[in-house]
This record gives sequence, structure tokens and C-alpha cells, in this order.
Amino acid sequence: MTTTQQLNELINREYQHGFYTQLEADTIPLGLNESTIRLISAKKNEPAFMLEWRLKAYQHWLTLSEPRWANLDWSPIDYQNAYYYSAPKSEKNGPRDLSEIDPELLRTYEKLGIPLKEQKMLAGVAVDAVFDSVSVATTFKQNLSTLGIIFCPFSEAVQKYPDLVKQYLGSVVPYTDNFFASLNAAVFSDGSFCYIPPGVHCPMELSTYFRINAKNTGQFERTLIIADKDAYVSYLEGCTAPMRDEHQLHAAVVELIALEGARIKYATVQNWYPGDKEGKGGIYNFVTKRGDCRGEKSHISWTQVETGSAITWKYPSVILRGNGSVGEFYSVALSNNHQQADTGTKMIHIGRDTKSTVLSKGISAGYGQNTYRGLIKVLSGAENARNYTQCDSLLLGEHCGAHTFPYIEVKNPSAKVEHEASTSRIGEEQLFYCTQRGISPENAVSMIVSGFCKAVFQELPMEFSVEAQKLLGVSLEGSTG
Amino acid sequence: MLSIKNLHVCIDGKEILRGINLDVKAGEVHAIMGPNASGKSTLAQLLAGREIYKVTAGSVHYLGRDLLAMSPERRACEGVFLAFQYPVEIPGVSNALFLKTALNAIRKYHRLPELDAMDFLTLVRERMKRVGMDEALLLRAVNEGFSGGEKKRNEILQLNILQPRLAILDETDSGLDIDALKLVADGVNDMRGADRAIILVTHYQRLLDYIVPDAVHVLSQGCIVKSGGADLAKDLERHGYNWLETGDLIKQIA
Amino acid sequence: MHVQPQSWQNVELSLVPDALAGHDSPWILAARKTAFKRFSEHGFPTKREEEWKYTDVSLISKRGSLAPDNIPPDAPSEAKLLAWALSGEGMHLMVFVNGHFDSELSTIDDLPDGVQLSSLADMLDGDANLPESLFSQQHEHTIFAALNNAFVTDGAVLKIAPDTVLETPIYLFLIASGHGVAIYPHIIVMAGENSSATVIEHYMGTLDAHNFTNAITQINVGAGAKIEHCKLIQEGPAALHIAGVHAEQSKDSSFTSRSFVFSGRSVRNDITSSLNETGCLCTFDGLYLLDDKQHVDHHTRIDHIAPCCTSREYYRGILDGESRGVFNGKVIVHHGANQTDAHQTNHHLLLSKQAEIDTKPQLEIFADDVKCTHGATVGQLSDEGLFYLRSRGLDADTARSVLIYGFANDIINRINTPYLRQRIEHLLLDRLPQGDMVKELL
Repeated sequence: MTTTQQLNELINREYQHGFYTQLEADTIPLGLNESTIRLISAKKNEPAFMLEWRLKAYQHWLTLSEPRWANLDWSPIDYQNAYYYSAPKSEKNGPRDLSEIDPELLRTYEKLGIPLKEQKMLAGVAVDAVFDSVSVATTFKQNLSTLGIIFCPFSEAVQKYPDLVKQYLGSVVPYTDNFFASLNAAVFSDGSFCYIPPGVHCPMELSTYFRINAKNTGQFERTLIIADKDAYVSYLEGCTAPMRDEHQLHAAVVELIALEGARIKYATVQNWYPGDKEGKGGIYNFVTKRGDCRGEKSHISWTQVETGSAITWKYPSVILRGNGSVGEFYSVALSNNHQQADTGTKMIHIGRDTKSTVLSKGISAGYGQNTYRGLIKVLSGAENARNYTQCDSLLLGEHCGAHTFPYIEVKNPSAKVEHEASTSRIGEEQLFYCTQRGISPENAVSMIVSGFCKAVFQELPMEFSVEAQKLLGVSLEGSTG
Repeated sequence: MLSIKNLHVCIDGKEILRGINLDVKAGEVHAIMGPNASGKSTLAQLLAGREIYKVTAGSVHYLGRDLLAMSPERRACEGVFLAFQYPVEIPGVSNALFLKTALNAIRKYHRLPELDAMDFLTLVRERMKRVGMDEALLLRAVNEGFSGGEKKRNEILQLNILQPRLAILDETDSGLDIDALKLVADGVNDMRGADRAIILVTHYQRLLDYIVPDAVHVLSQGCIVKSGGADLAKDLERHGYNWLETGDLIKQIA
Repeated sequence: MHVQPQSWQNVELSLVPDALAGHDSPWILAARKTAFKRFSEHGFPTKREEEWKYTDVSLISKRGSLAPDNIPPDAPSEAKLLAWALSGEGMHLMVFVNGHFDSELSTIDDLPDGVQLSSLADMLDGDANLPESLFSQQHEHTIFAALNNAFVTDGAVLKIAPDTVLETPIYLFLIASGHGVAIYPHIIVMAGENSSATVIEHYMGTLDAHNFTNAITQINVGAGAKIEHCKLIQEGPAALHIAGVHAEQSKDSSFTSRSFVFSGRSVRNDITSSLNETGCLCTFDGLYLLDDKQHVDHHTRIDHIAPCCTSREYYRGILDGESRGVFNGKVIVHHGANQTDAHQTNHHLLLSKQAEIDTKPQLEIFADDVKCTHGATVGQLSDEGLFYLRSRGLDADTARSVLIYGFANDIINRINTPYLRQRIEHLLLDRLPQGDMVKELL
């Protein structure tokens, strides 16, 4: 099949972020037990409530087993054969400003296209960089703090704003939520914390860039974003990892809280190492992301472009608690070679007049398996709830698979729920039409694929949209598109 | 410019073209007419490089080179253009991006500098006016949700912008009202020139009222059963295709 | 997982088959015992199993005995009346009372040449040869198929010779009455090449019937054959009904399943078709109108195994009272099944605050050259529609009924058998307020 070959050539370009940075690291002993957790907590100099919470999570985790219901097949993970904490050594005491950051690290981020030097930054993006388990740099902190915005590493928030952390941590994703969320709660080492005070419209995009570097290290970061009354924030998350033969575990938790009238936009371009062509190596990405539209007329939207990871298990969800709240989920998931993605969303309609939109575009190529799994739940009190879901799959090649598992549960007669799904492949006619106009087959395929994903890319902030299109092997020529 | 010799073409083992011979010189307009399923569209698509057809015998030379050995995009870059009978929809890809990509691919092939967004827009706006196309269609996805007439006009616009040397129009007249037909005809007449050849594939004679061809060929059951001047089309219009079928011509060939 | 309720743990299977059909035949006894063993080992499905997530079978597991009764009662008079009416309609009618064939009420004498229709029990007891592969399920789509296999009392075996066209439908009328009965019918249809027939399975229970019906229907659709299977459930308000309808399709065959549920306490239908050879067409239609505490669960599954097959699925449900509807429609396009064209829709109307719908239209695709779509909606009657009708002089109840009728009509209109179409139309209108008025309007 020529189409497949063309796409394969296109998306089989070598993983570009596969390098490894030689840094001296502060790593704790292999394995996981109570003393590991005490050690992590001690290293972070955490208050007692944090340690207590971690230990409870750990005890609960011991009672759970890996969830295997997803349409995924992964080799068993040896939780005792991993390091649960690894930090670049020179950062032990935390950099006070960028001049204190190890130049090797700065170079790493520059290589990734994430400039941490503020003067070089694109205007309007503040970055928190998380290297292995530790936040290494947060830019534009000062500018933001004049507006009362808190944007800092999680570990710093625990020290400086324990009350906020105590109030909101685990309030959307409790430590009992699922196997990976429990594990994360027990061992997470850092992440980003963000608080937007009432009425504040965050003037720049906030961004966290995650990088797994050390070998045999799991990454367990935790992000907590609170948008107070009528606040607005747009948040970007990017991720990469070196190429390694063995699988690495990434089990993150993201909690979003939107109070009355607040709006949070959360975008991810996930480009973890997907493993090689034979399916060797790659990141196991088991992530729990959930937003809580707690206040009336609050609004949370998730946008994700999932191109990396060997395994993706991820269901960014919205609990529509506040009356009139809005939840959105826009997703592009590509699985090529032996990648497997089981991803989708849950929209839980609790409040009156709540509205949700789900738009999912799955692309399967090679031996990739792509599953959309979604739940639309309308509880009996959710008068006039509305949902519209569209999930489309594009198949490229005869060995891949596309699966759609939409669950719709409705308990209110005034609800309107619509679901549409389609599966297709790039038509031979479409390709011929393009090549007849002089466009090369490779460009034609990437053009058609990016057209397929366009509705989702439109939801991404500009810089990410470009990155996302590039990730799909698409070059956006000029501004006429 | 184009020389087709004893061309035999199959699809799924079924022979559609059975020994076509045709010579088209630069500056000429040829009309290929024939009843439904006579092989007209197959010929048009084959010349443009559609890969579902299999050539079992014969040759096609374009500007002295073997056309059949070229990929569809290579043919396009060399100046072969097909206006599709059923223009294809490409969801999410804007008409402007599509056209610009195509134009620049061809310019690049000829080692010409690529047009930037501004130059391209100036060009495309001017040409859109000429073919009477609404500018809003530029930002819509390629052919998606276009009416029949809009799709055909879009083909003429592409023809106008890409400036091919050999233009093949596959039933571009079908489904058009008389005003649209005139616009399309004007668009094609506009393109007539000493170093360009045009092949019109059509079922009806009415397009030929507006574009007067240099030669008319009648295709039936995969063979050219009659060739003649512009008058031949008029005869066909008067007598219908049966006039040929019942005549001796078919028998001679069979 | 392995729930072993008292009620059937104590059932001594060895006692039961001795009284059931085929007890003289060692292989039948053995097959029953193995089937029962499979069921006991698995136990009743629980909500933790994906396929039973929304349907609680504890109503069944809490019943007394699961064993069928051996002596059929006399058919209740209303059923007799209907049976007479049906034979008056010229149907090839087979009547079963509590799972046992009632030859007196049946009219299967004037079957055309090439059509054999007999009672399964007669075949199991008699000399007629029934292949073991047909008696024992080859594919058990749910564990209840094993239970049916263990306890099957009777059923129908329909064999249609190649090129035979059966103009009049085969009407299987299955009546339930009385307390605590368990009913295990097994219907087998073997349609030869290029044959054509319509089979109607009509389940009807009396108001006081407390039956548990566990039915299996197996249909082999030969090459080029055209089989339509209609199933109408009008069980009593306390009845529990769990059934499987499973078709296997050969080249260029057409299979249509229509499922209608109007009453019964808890109903579960597993309807499947396997498109084994090229050129098959498979159509699944469904309509249910639920009220009170009714629970109706449809699990459908279409397996596109061979290339160039088409499947169409249209389900509609209307839910009132405290009823709960479940729809799980699976379409699987297997590796190599290129040029599959599969389309599925399901639409549900929720009419009351306590009603609930859980729907899961599911696509699993392992081939790339396919055209698959599905759509699902959950909604209510449109305000604009109601207003429009009322502005034309209809009262609110009638307007509602007209809209509900319109919603269901899409499915009803496609029923080919006029008698059945009228019957279902009446069943619908009878349930709608001002139904008589609507009838006149139409």
C-alpha cells in the first residue's frame, strides 16, 4: 500500500529528542517502600501533612493492582526495579535565578527548543521546566507575582503556600482514585503549581516542559492549577525523553480547579519517546488528568496531541459541577509502529445547563492500535445538559487498528447527547487529486492528515499548533492555511 | 505534443480502452465525445496518471517523452492538467493552501522562486475574479460543501493558475447551467494559445458551441470510431450516438 | 465473581435431564451435563464483567429453582384466542406453552416442499438426526447459552432446502404462564442456498406469569439466502427474559434481525451475526418502548470477517417511568475484511425524570479499507415540534403521542410482514395517550 509507505516515511523520521544529557544526579536507592517515601518527603523538606498524605496513598496503593481493562497490552512493570527520585545534583538547593542553572541543562532545554533564558523567550510564555523529577527553572515568576499569580514548582508551593496546597491537593484526583494516581500521590517529587487570583486574566501562556533523562527512572510529577473566581489561564505542557531500550514509567497527575466564572485551557503536546520500530523501549504513559468545574459558569478545556509513548493511558476529564459550566476535550492521537494509545475523556454532568464538547481524531499507522474511550454521564440533576461528541479515525495500513468505545449514560430526560463516529482511510482519489496538481505524495499525505486534525490544532495556542503540525510531519507553508 | 499509439487499458481485468490512436499538436483543441461508459473518463484519468488503470499495450508520448513512465506529480509538473469530472473533497485543507502548495511545487520543479503569501494572494484574487468565483471559497476546505458549479469553477481556477501545457477537461460542462457553462467556456478559451493543447472530454455537444474544437473524436466501446472536424459534433447532436453504433463503422473495427 | 447462590447450587442436575427431551440418548445427556458444569463454574455474571456492566441478573439468581418444569399447563385462553387468530392469518404457526410444543394449537401441516419444521423435543426423542454441533452451542456468546443447553426443553428446528422461497412467515408463538416457571427454548434455522424465509418469534406472558425465559436462536444463512428474523417480546410484567439470537452468514446472503420489546420486567437480548463470506448484508433493527421499572438490554455484535460485506444497524428506544434501557452495539471489522461498509445508529428518547439510558456504540477496526460510521443520540421530544402540533390544534397529549409515533415509525415502516407491522403499530399506539386519536390522524 503506497499510502502507508508514504505516511510511514513521513512519520518514521527519527525521534529527535532522543539524546541523553550527562549530568551528575542525586538518586535515591532502587525500589519502593515506606522509607523511600519518607526519604523523598525529607529531601523535599515537606511539612508533616504531606508525608502523612503520601503514606496513606502508599498504603492504599498496596491494596490495588494495575488496571488492565484498557485496550492495551504492556509487559509487567517491576515497581521495585525503578528509581523514584532523581535530581540533577547541582540543583540540590534549587537555583535562585537562571545564572545558577547548570549550563548543560540550559543547553538541553535549548536543544529541545525550550529557551529558559528569559531574554530569548518568545513573548508571552512562562516556562516551568521539570527535569527528571525536579523543577529546574521557572521563568517570568516576578512578572507574574505582581498580578498575584503564583506559578512555581510544586515543592516550592508546599513550602510557601501550604494552605492552598492542603486545600486543593487531591480534591479532584484523590489518592484513592486509581492505581497510578495512588502511586503518584505516594512518590511524586515535583511538578508545577499555579494559582490565579480572583478576576485575574493571566497575561501569558504558562508552560511546563517535562523531560525524563535518567535511566530506570519513573517520572511522577503532579500539577495543580487553581483558577479563582473569574480568573483565566492558558497552560501548556510538553514532554520528551531520551531513547532507551527499556520502558520507562511516567505516571503523572494533573488537577484543575475552576471556581465561579473561571476558565482554564490546558494543552499538551506529548512527545515522549515512543520506542523503536520493533516496539522496543518507549515510555509507558499512565496519566490521570481531571478538571473540576466547581463554580457556576466555569470552563475547562483539554487539548492534547499525543504522538509519543509506547503506551498511552490517559483520559483528561471534566466534572461539570457548577451550573452552566462547560467542559471541552480536543484530541489528536497518533499511534505508529507498535504504539498503543487508549485515550479519551469523561464528561460528568452534575450541574444544570452544563455543556460538553468532545472532538477526537485518532490516526493509526504501522502496527499501531488507537482506542478512543469516552464516558458521557448525565446525572439526574443535570437539567438541560448538552453533549456533542465526534470521534473520527484515520487508518493508514492494514496492520493497524482503530477502536471506539463511547459510553453514554443519561439519567435526565432534558439532556441532549449526540455522538458521531467515523473510520476511514486516505482515499486513493484524494491522493490522486493532489498529485495531479503537482504535489508530491508525501506532502499530499501530510496535507490530508493535517486537514483531518485541523479542528483540534485550531484549539492549540499558536506555538504549540506549529509544533504539533511539525510532529505530524506537516509543514505549514505561509499564512494562507 | 501528445501522441497515443494503440493504447489498451484494463481495470480489474476488464478492457476499457482497446487500441486508441490519437495525435494532438500544440495550439489545438480536441474534443473527445462518446456515450456513457465508452472509456472517455478512463482515457482522461490515465493520461493524468491514475494508478488504478493498467496499460496492457501501446504507448503515450508527451513532448517526445514516455508519459506512462512518469508519476502523476511529475506529469503535473511537466504541464499535464486534468480538470476532474468529480473534484475531490479534502476536509480541513483550505483551498488557498492547496493551490499554493501545488503552484509552488510546480514552480520549484522548474527552478522558479516560490511565491510568497502576498504574491500568491494577489494572483489568486485576480484569477478568481476572472472565473467568477466567490473569494470566500478560498478559505473553505478544498471542494468541501461546494455546489456542483462551484466545484467546476474551482477546477477552472486551478487550470488558470497552474497554466499547464496540456489541459484535459473531463466533463467539465456536466451539471452546469448556461451561465456557468459560458463562464467555464470563457475560462478555457482564455487559455487557448499556440503552445498549449486542450482536450475536452464531453458527452454533449453544447460546450462545443462555446469552444470550437479543431478536431472531434468519437469514442465508443474503447475505440475511436470516428474523427472529424467541428461539424462532426453537430451531426452527433442531431442523430445521437446510435447513428454511429448502427452504422458500418463499428463493424469495420470489430 | 463466582456467585453460587443457594437456589441452584442444590439442584441435582442428574435428576433433571432424565425427564427432559433426549434422555435416552447418552450424547445428549452428556452434552447437558457439560453445559451445566460450564455454567456452574462460571456462575452468574456480575456487574464487574464489561458485558454485564449495566444489567443485574440477581433477579434470576435469587429465584428458586432454575430447572424447567416438565409438564406443560394448558394454554391460557387469551393465548389460545391469539393462536387461532394467527392461524387464521395463514401463518405457519408453532405454539409453545411454557417451553413445550403444543401441537393442537399449531398449524404446520401445509408447509411447502423443501421446508421441514419440527419440534426440537421430538427430534431429540425420536430417530430424526440432529447434529450434535447444532444442539450444543459452538459459540457461547454469554454464559446463559450454557444454561439453555443444559435445560433446553423444546424448540423449533426449521430446515429450508436450497432455492426454496417461503412466502408465508413461520410464526413461533411462545406462551408463558404460571408461577416460578423456567423456560428454555432453542430455535434452529438452517436456510439452504438461495432460499428465503421470514421467522417470527413472539414471546407472550400472562399478567401473572413469573417466568424466567432463557432462549437461544441459531440461524445458518446459506449462500445467497435471505432470512428475516423478527422477535417480539410481550412478556408479563414480572417476567425475566434472557436470550441470544446468533446468525452465521455465507456468501452473498442477507440476514435481517428485528427486535421489539414492549413488556417484561427485565429483558436481555444478545443479537449477533458473523459475516463469514464476501457479499453479505446484515441488518439489525430494534425498537423498545419501556415504562415502570422495566429494564431492557440489547447487546448486538456484527463480525465482519470476510471482505466486501455491508452491515446496517438502527435501534430506537423510548423510555418512560423508571425504566432503564441499555444498548451496546459492537461492530468488529477483522483483519482482512476490506471494503467493509458498516453503519450504525441508535437514538433514544427519555420521557421521564427517573428513566435512564446507557448506550455504547462500539467500533473495533482491524482493516484499513473500510467505511464505518456510528451515531448515537439521547434526547427528548422537541419543544418546537410540540408547539407546532399544538398550534395546529392538537392537545398536548396527542401532540406528544404523534411525535413519539414519528420517532418509532422509522423502525416500524421497515417491517416487511404486514401482519407484524400492524401488530407492532397497535402495540405502540395502545401505549400512547390518545393513541386512538393518533391512529385516526395517520
